[in-house]
Amino acid sequence: MPNFADLLTSPEPSRPVITAEFPVMDGGGLPEIAAKLACLTPYVDAVNATDNASAHAHVSNVALAIAIQQYGVEPVLQLVCRDKNRLALEADIMGAALHGITAVSCMTGDDVTAGDEPEARRVFDLDAVQLIRVAAGLAKGHYLSGRPIDPAPKLLIGAVENPAAPPHAYRVRRALKKAAAGARFLQLQICYHPDRLAEFTRIGAATGLTPKVALLPSIVLVKGARSLRYMNKRVPGIHVPDELIDRLAAAPDQREAAYQLALEQATHALSLEGVRGLHFIDFRHDDALGRLCSDLGLPTVRSAPEGNALAV
Amino acid sequence: MARLLATIEHAVKKPIWDCRMCGQCVLHSTGLTCPMTCPKSLRNGPCGGVREDGTCEVDPTMTCVWLKAQDRSEKMPRPWREEFDDLRPPVDNRLQGTSSWINLLTGRDKVVPAGWESEEPPAD
Repeated sequence: MPNFADLLTSPEPSRPVITAEFPVMDGGGLPEIAAKLACLTPYVDAVNATDNASAHAHVSNVALAIAIQQYGVEPVLQLVCRDKNRLALEADIMGAALHGITAVSCMTGDDVTAGDEPEARRVFDLDAVQLIRVAAGLAKGHYLSGRPIDPAPKLLIGAVENPAAPPHAYRVRRALKKAAAGARFLQLQICYHPDRLAEFTRIGAATGLTPKVALLPSIVLVKGARSLRYMNKRVPGIHVPDELIDRLAAAPDQREAAYQLALEQATHALSLEGVRGLHFIDFRHDDALGRLCSDLGLPTVRSAPEGNALAV
Repeated sequence: MARLLATIEHAVKKPIWDCRMCGQCVLHSTGLTCPMTCPKSLRNGPCGGVREDGTCEVDPTMTCVWLKAQDRSEKMPRPWREEFDDLRPPVDNRLQGTSSWINLLTGRDKVVPAGWESEEPPAD
């Protein structure tokens, strides 16, 4: 079983690389993590340990990443600049690396006003591009201060980008800046404008962003039109055209129509140059992910974990 | 004298660029649009949250600062235009409230953390 880093950086990819967002965790403990992983594990190469997604407080990203790894799945540690200053961000990366976690995804993060505690103080001591460069420094064996780290942590540095948000023509240039800073993969925000995603990947190939950086477009699995309306209204940077919402709203079976939309988006994304795989965000929590991977011809990569891998 | 210069600078730049006296002015490379007016204080924007109509994720009454900066930078003389894509280092928060004119003249605003890589990391 090749690991996530090897799959992403291999010059001749054998198959698409699949990642997924781990559902947010509040209570439930480790058994709930095992239960949620069981739905994802057969289909994914790595799972993102989220960091207070949408500016809501949840179980910490490092704790979540360690737990995911204990169940035998490779985590991608998400790091959000909104909540932590440079010291805390460096500590998160080093702390996770202590446990052998190598993949990180550097994000600026939605503002606190997008969350349920808008009165909180936002940090943004670094932005995502700066954090990528800081992580690259850690991987070379020093903190931002220059203080040495020996041995240096092994890191696979990633980030995100939104191909659908204005200014569209500039998005690849920003991605290039992230690549120059040290990013080797980009999980792209869900995009309901296939022409914009296609343009992003086309320009990416023309400018040399790819294949140097692996692109993983996001696919969101929803139940119907209501979820699309919610995302369009509430999620910063996401725009869902009315015709897509209407299409789902008018369908006799909204769940099936939503599934077909996701399959259509996934098929399109995988056809684009520079796309090395997909990143799934599953809001359905049913069998849709498995069905989608099957319909895409993607292999089941492993069985669901039986228990804590550390117990072996 | 340093305080006087800071006061004068603020008086000049506040009305025009809504200057936040960050002490590390990068107006020349951001199309003369102050990035510190970004609610996320991004130095390498824009973020992924720009609305479809170009307004700010945080403050929908304002156009995204970086959208304006990118648009305006295209109209700048070539060296400054190209600087838009520079990877700007983290802000030194100790310089808050100081005069960026003095910092420019003394070179203080170019000081970066010792661990800030100035060149691209070597290939994998």
